Amino acid sequence: MTQDIPLIAVRGLRVGFHTAGGTVAAVDDVNFSVRAGETLAIVGESGSGKSVMSLSLLRLVPSAITTGEILFRGDDLLTKPAHAMRDFRGGRIGMIFQEPNTSLNPVQTIGDQIVEAIQLHEAVGKAAARARAVEVLELTGIPSPRARMKSYPHELSGGMRQRAMIAMALACRPELLIADEPTTALDVTVQAQILDLMRELKANSGAAIILITHDLGVVAEMADRVAVMYAGRIVEIAPVTDLFDGPEHPYTIGLLSSMPSIDGDSETLTPIEGSMPDPLALPAGCRFQPRCPFAIKRCAMEAPPLETVRPGHLSACWRAPLLETLTRGGQQ
Amino acid sequence: MTRQLLWRLLTSIPVLLGVLLVGFLMLQVIPTDPATIIAGPSGTAAEIEDIRRQLGLDAPIMMQFWFYLLRVMQGDLGRSIINNAPVAGELMTALGPTIELMVASLIWAVPLGILLGTLAAMRRGQVFDRAVTALSVAGVSVPAFWVGLLLLQFAAFRWQLFPLQGRGGPLWTLSGLHHVALPALTLGLIFIGPVARMTRTAVVEVLGADFIRTARAKGASEFRVVTRHALRTALIPVVTLIGLQIGSLLGGAVIAETIFGWPGIGRLAVGSIVSSDFPMAQGCILVLACGFIVVNFVVDALYGLLDPRIRSKVR
Repeated sequence: MTQDIPLIAVRGLRVGFHTAGGTVAAVDDVNFSVRAGETLAIVGESGSGKSVMSLSLLRLVPSAITTGEILFRGDDLLTKPAHAMRDFRGGRIGMIFQEPNTSLNPVQTIGDQIVEAIQLHEAVGKAAARARAVEVLELTGIPSPRARMKSYPHELSGGMRQRAMIAMALACRPELLIADEPTTALDVTVQAQILDLMRELKANSGAAIILITHDLGVVAEMADRVAVMYAGRIVEIAPVTDLFDGPEHPYTIGLLSSMPSIDGDSETLTPIEGSMPDPLALPAGCRFQPRCPFAIKRCAMEAPPLETVRPGHLSACWRAPLLETLTRGGQQ
Repeated sequence: MTRQLLWRLLTSIPVLLGVLLVGFLMLQVIPTDPATIIAGPSGTAAEIEDIRRQLGLDAPIMMQFWFYLLRVMQGDLGRSIINNAPVAGELMTALGPTIELMVASLIWAVPLGILLGTLAAMRRGQVFDRAVTALSVAGVSVPAFWVGLLLLQFAAFRWQLFPLQGRGGPLWTLSGLHHVALPALTLGLIFIGPVARMTRTAVVEVLGADFIRTARAKGASEFRVVTRHALRTALIPVVTLIGLQIGSLLGGAVIAETIFGWPGIGRLAVGSIVSSDFPMAQGCILVLACGFIVVNFVVDALYGLLDPRIRSKVR
């Protein structure tokens, strides 16, 4: 089977910006891969670099210096000429954005925007493209898709707009769908509908998904594997159940305990002390170390590499496996 | 949208009344007495008084304005004091060439301004962008009469590439084009700077919008992103600007027409003011004001075409 060959493999990805205060790396040495049909969730606070990272996969970050490798079925996207990139954008890789309100062109009809996406990648006539567009709109569960073709974005609700965005992203049957906070701007009920829709579409199309979110609830519902980002780096990556049951990185533990749960009745939420470091003045060693309750001397000296703790579970922490270390420490 | 335009049309009535009043009063303030001019240097005081009565100039000012309004509504703008020709007729003859000149100026200046502004926005911060900015500033700062005179001196007089004066026939004839070239160049230059700068600003802003990122994520080429997605939204402020600038274009037309002897409203206005031909001057002011109102009306209609959000807002 081709299951073991990753659909997309990111190696040593670094996305830097020139600023007045010097060069800032929003994404720093990120490595991960996604297999065909898999859903990888990337979680982190705002400012962790997860959005920039997702955009950089399609080289959509303006004026950024991107280095490393982005291998899509073995092809490095970072070495492609600009025109070759266009085949991937919207063709083999679809993208959904956070704000359906501003991410759709306000002066073009939904239909025209989907038709454009189709015709940019497939040599089909206008009529065939329109038929296709109606078809994908129908898949997204928009009521009366034929009529919606003629609607402008401002005539639709937020949920309908996001459905239209999804239709546009899926119009060319991409192998990979990158969804950057697809439900953040939506009402909770609509959020659930959109997530259901994405799951359903994924099951039918077999597309892999990279889901960017800060919402651990969404992660639990959607992901096969989870990567946790902090200050531009992936600090932990693991299968979803493994991550929720046995988080290894102190930051992940902090994230999980700051999440409200229904069963933990009187349990108080524990916020993580401190805040994300200034990207211009990153701490030496581990970037989480100033906020970390488990930090030891070594943490401030050397940055911990992302290493296997258990099969399939990687963590970037000198004290990993944390649970074992702590219990051993308790026994002594 | 239709209701909005109708409303717009209705509200232009008080504007027109205001224009009529101001035009009327302005000529009351001017210290020349038309009756004295008509009577000529040999006119006696009795003759002048007589003419004044004939023209209705002895009535109270409000009555004079009321009679003037009544006549205007009947399409009677009076007769020229200089050659006794009906003002309305003269204006009609002069209107054609002025519209012709405006069209000939806008037809190259607006697209070129939009093109320059767009290219500058796409190459923001680069040499081309700075060159366009410098050019726009120069275009705005250099007065039209100076450019006109230079063109007249060199292109027409010294190098004899273009005719010196006048109109050579309709625009679609070679002679017509040949004659309109210099005045249209002069008038268009006023326009390019502001249009280019506004387009640049608008395109730069739109290019940072989320939906532009979506267009790129769909796999659209940069050319397509700009032409199909950015420009249409960016054109809204540009259209507004053009509407506002039509005022300065009308002012420019007065200058360009005078320099190049173009038989339009602008030259007629200058001529009639210089020769104290006050019914003619009033007529010219009225036509120029109407032109302004019509242009603003067209701009409003264009908004609806460019932006469906405006179209559906007032349904």
